[in-house]
Amino acid sequence: MRNYNSRAWGLNNRAWGLGRGVAVLLSLMAFTNVVDAQTIAITGGRVHPVSGPVIENGTVLIRAGKIVSVGTNITIPADARRIDATGKWVTPGIVNVATTLGVVEIGAVEETNDTPARGRGDAITASHKVWEGFNPNSPLIQVTRNDGITTVGVVPGGGLVGGQAAMVDLSDGDLGDMMLLAPIAMTADIGSKGEHVGGTRAEVLQRLRDLLADTREYMRRRADYERNATRELAARRGDLEAMIPVIQGRLPLVIDANRASEIETALHLATEFSLKIVISGGAEAWMVADRLASAKVPVIVGALNNIPLSFATLGARQENAALTHRGGASVIINGGSDGFNARNVRFEAGVAVAFGLPWNEALRAVTLSPAEAFGVADKIGSLQAGREANVVIWSGDPFEPMTRAERVLVRGVEVQRPSRQDELMQRYKALPPNYRK
Amino acid sequence: MSTRHLLLVAIASGLGCATGRAAPPPATAPAVPAANSQATSAAPKQDSTPPTPPGAGALSAPNADPFPSTYRPVPSGPVAIRNATIITATGPRINAGTIVLRDGKIIAVGANVAVPPDATVVDGTGKFVTPGIIDTHSHLGVYAAPSVDALADGNEMSNPSTPQVWAEHSVWPQDPQFPRALSAGVTTIQVLPGSGNLIGGRSVVLKVVPSRTVQGMKFPTAKYGLKMACGENPKRVYAQRGLMTRMGNVAGYRAQWINAEAYRRRWDKWLAGDKKGEPPSRDLGMETLAEVLRGNIFVHNHCYRADEMAQMIDIAKEFGYTIKSFHHGVEAYKVADLLAANNISASVWSDWGGFKMEAMDGIRGNLPLLHNAGVRTIVHSDDANGMQRLNQDAAKGISEGLVAGIRVSEDDAIKWITLNPAWAIGLDDKIGSLAVGKNADVVLWDKNPFSIYARAEKVWVDGAMLFDRLDPSQQWRTDFELGYVPTRIWP
Repeated sequence: MRNYNSRAWGLNNRAWGLGRGVAVLLSLMAFTNVVDAQTIAITGGRVHPVSGPVIENGTVLIRAGKIVSVGTNITIPADARRIDATGKWVTPGIVNVATTLGVVEIGAVEETNDTPARGRGDAITASHKVWEGFNPNSPLIQVTRNDGITTVGVVPGGGLVGGQAAMVDLSDGDLGDMMLLAPIAMTADIGSKGEHVGGTRAEVLQRLRDLLADTREYMRRRADYERNATRELAARRGDLEAMIPVIQGRLPLVIDANRASEIETALHLATEFSLKIVISGGAEAWMVADRLASAKVPVIVGALNNIPLSFATLGARQENAALTHRGGASVIINGGSDGFNARNVRFEAGVAVAFGLPWNEALRAVTLSPAEAFGVADKIGSLQAGREANVVIWSGDPFEPMTRAERVLVRGVEVQRPSRQDELMQRYKALPPNYRK
Repeated sequence: MSTRHLLLVAIASGLGCATGRAAPPPATAPAVPAANSQATSAAPKQDSTPPTPPGAGALSAPNADPFPSTYRPVPSGPVAIRNATIITATGPRINAGTIVLRDGKIIAVGANVAVPPDATVVDGTGKFVTPGIIDTHSHLGVYAAPSVDALADGNEMSNPSTPQVWAEHSVWPQDPQFPRALSAGVTTIQVLPGSGNLIGGRSVVLKVVPSRTVQGMKFPTAKYGLKMACGENPKRVYAQRGLMTRMGNVAGYRAQWINAEAYRRRWDKWLAGDKKGEPPSRDLGMETLAEVLRGNIFVHNHCYRADEMAQMIDIAKEFGYTIKSFHHGVEAYKVADLLAANNISASVWSDWGGFKMEAMDGIRGNLPLLHNAGVRTIVHSDDANGMQRLNQDAAKGISEGLVAGIRVSEDDAIKWITLNPAWAIGLDDKIGSLAVGKNADVVLWDKNPFSIYARAEKVWVDGAMLFDRLDPSQQWRTDFELGYVPTRIWP
C-alpha cells in the first residue's frame, strides 16, 4: 500500500498549495495563530484519550503538530501556549469515515459532483482514485471541522467496484498537506443490482469473483498479458493493477452489504480469496454480529436509520450499533456522508448510545476504531504521544446537540474560522442585510 | 459507501418533498360564497345539511367530505403522570408536575394537582412530559417503505398542476414508517403530495395510529391543505414537456388561479341561488382551488429560495388567498421580516441542505433567526428518519442561536415541534400544548427531550397509550412487518 503523505505527494501540487496557503494565512491572521512548531498545553480538561481511561484534570501537551504527552503530571514547558480547558471535555478529533466531502459540492449540480466514476460502463472502476478530484477549497470543509470533525474518509460510490478511498485530515493547505493515507480501501457493492452490475445477487457476486480471480491471473501472467497472449480478463489493465493490493490482502475491500445474507456472502468471499474486508451499510449486521466478530471484520454502520427502506434493510434499527458491538464485532459509526452534513456523525454516535451502545464505545467508533480499520491508528484516533495533534475541546459531552466544539486543532493548528454558513448568519442577523459585510 | 442511499435521498428530497396536505375538511357545504380568500384558523363549521341519500345523486354538487374520518379514540381509562418535568408549550415548564388525562382530554396539569383515585398512575420521576410531536411535512404512506416503485404514490407527475389529486388516496396504512414515528413521540402528521408539480394536490392530516384504512387515521375536523412547489423540482420534472424556467412556473400558478377564480364565482353564484336547473359542471381540481380561494383549504408551499417566497406571497395577494406555511425554506431567514409581516409560518430543517443549488444557503441559524424575527417557526422533517428526531433538531437550533446571540429557551423551542405546527395545520385549538381541554396527545420521555440520549418511553393519543418502549406488547407492528421485519428483542 502506498502512502501518499505530504512528502510523497507531487512537487507541483505542493508548490501550488504553499502559495495558496500563504494567502489563506494572511487573510485569516485575525482568527488563528498558525505556528507549526508551537508548543501548546491544553490543561484542566476532562480528557478522553480513547486509547486509555478518562483523565480528569488532564493535560495534553502538543509540539510541532504532534501530541507529546497526555496525563496529569506533565511538566509544561515555559514557552508553551496554554489553553485552559477547565470544565471542558477534550477528545481526539472526530473521524467521519465515509463521506463525499471535497468531491461532491452540490449533489444535484453535475459539474461539482465527482463521484461515482463512469468507467467503461461495466461498473468496475477500481483504478478510480476518488481523491484526485478532491477540492481542498470546498467551503464545506470549514463547516465540517468547525464542528469537531478533523478527519474524513473520502469515498467513491456506485458500481460493483467503485474505486479507491482516501483518508484526509481537515487541515489547511492542499491535498498533499491534508492527505493522511491513500488508498485506505477499495469499495465494492454486492447489494446493488441493475444494468451493468448484474441482474441477480448471484450474478453480481460471480462478477466480483471473476474480477478477483482474473486479478490473480493478471499478476501471474503479466508478461503474457503484455504480449496479448492471455484470454480476455474481467477488467481493464488499470483496474486489474488497482485490485492487486486487494487480492494480496493488503488493502481492505469495503463491501457495501445490508441484508444479513449479503453480509454472510461477503464473509464467505473474504475467506475464499483471503481478503481483508470491512462491511459498510450493515443494516442487518446485528443479526450476524457473531460471525462478523469471529471473522474479525469491522462494520461501518449508522445509528439514525430504523426505516426498512428496501427489502435488503428490513432489519434496520437504531440498536444496530449496540447489538453488533455486544456480539463482539468492531463497530465504526458513520453518518452524514454528504459533505454538507458530514459534521453530524457525532449525533449519530449519540443516538447509538441512546439505543444501547456504551458511551466509550461510541466515542471509539468515531475515532480509534475507524483509524484502526484503515491503517492510520498510528497517526490519529487517540490522544497518545506521537499521534497527530487532532484535538477538540468541547463545551461538554461531544454527542449532545447543545454542546459546541469550542476549539478544534488539526495537527496542532487551530482551524476554526467563520464558515460560509457563519457569514450568512451574521449577514442576515439584522434585516435588511448589509451586502458590503 | 452509502452512495446508493445518498442517491435515494437526493431523489426523495427532490421529488418527495412537497407541501400539500389534505386534511378532511368539515362536512360543510363548501358552496357558500364564504369569506373568500382568508385561510382562517377558526373552528371548522358544523355540518347542518343532512347527507344526500344514496341513489339520489341528481346533483353532482361539491361535497366537502366525501371520505369522512372514521377515527375513534382507543378507549382508555384515566391516567395521571406524576412528578415529571412537564414542558407544556404554553409557558414555563412545571417541575415535579402532574398531568391527568381522562376521556381523551387533558383535565388537569400543574404542580399541585390531585391524582384521581381511579387513575392509572405513571411515575414520571426524572422524566419529561411534552405534547405529542407534530410534523407539518411528511410523506408517510404515500412514499411508503420499502421504497419500491409499486409504493411510490406521492407525485402525480402527469401534469404540472394536479390539484385534483388527494394524498389520502395514496396512503398505505400498513407503511412500517408509521409505528416508528409513533415510537419517537410523533402523534400528528400532515401527509403531502410530492413537489414535482407546481400544484401537487391535497394533503391530509393523520393521527399516527394503527388502522385498516386511511379514513381511520384522518384527524377529525382537520382542514385540507394544498401542496404547491417552487423552483427546481417542477422545472426539472417538466423540462422536456412544458415548463423549463422559474418564470414558466409562475405563469403556471397564475393560469390555474385565474381558472379557479372563475370556477369559484360560477359555483358560488349557483349555490347562492335557488339551485334549480343544471348546475355548473364539476372539476375536481378547480373544486380544490376554489376552496383555497374561499379560505377553506390551507396553502402549504414548498419553497427554498427567499426571492421565490416573496414572489409566491405576491401571487397569493393577487388572487386573494393566504399561505399558511413555507416548507423547507432553507433561505427563510433571509426574509424572516416578510414572513412575520404576512403571518406565514416557516417549516424548516435544522441543518439539511446543500444537496441542490436552491438549497446551498441552508444554515443552522435558520431556526433561531426566524424565531427571533417573530415568525411562527417549525421544525419539519420530509423524512421518516428525521421525523423521529425533530426534538434533536430543535436542540441544534437552540445551540446555534447562542452563536448569534439569540437565546431561545427549551420552553419556547418546544413550540417549534408542537404548538407552531399545530397552528400551521389549523389545529392549535385541539393539539400542540398541554392545556386543560386539549386532546390528550402526550409523550413521556426518559430524559430531557433536547438531549441526544432521550427516547420517547410512552406515547398517548387521545388519552390512550399506544406505545410503551418498556412493553413489547404495547408496540404496534404493521401487517407488512409480520414475518419480514425481525421481532423486537430489545425494549
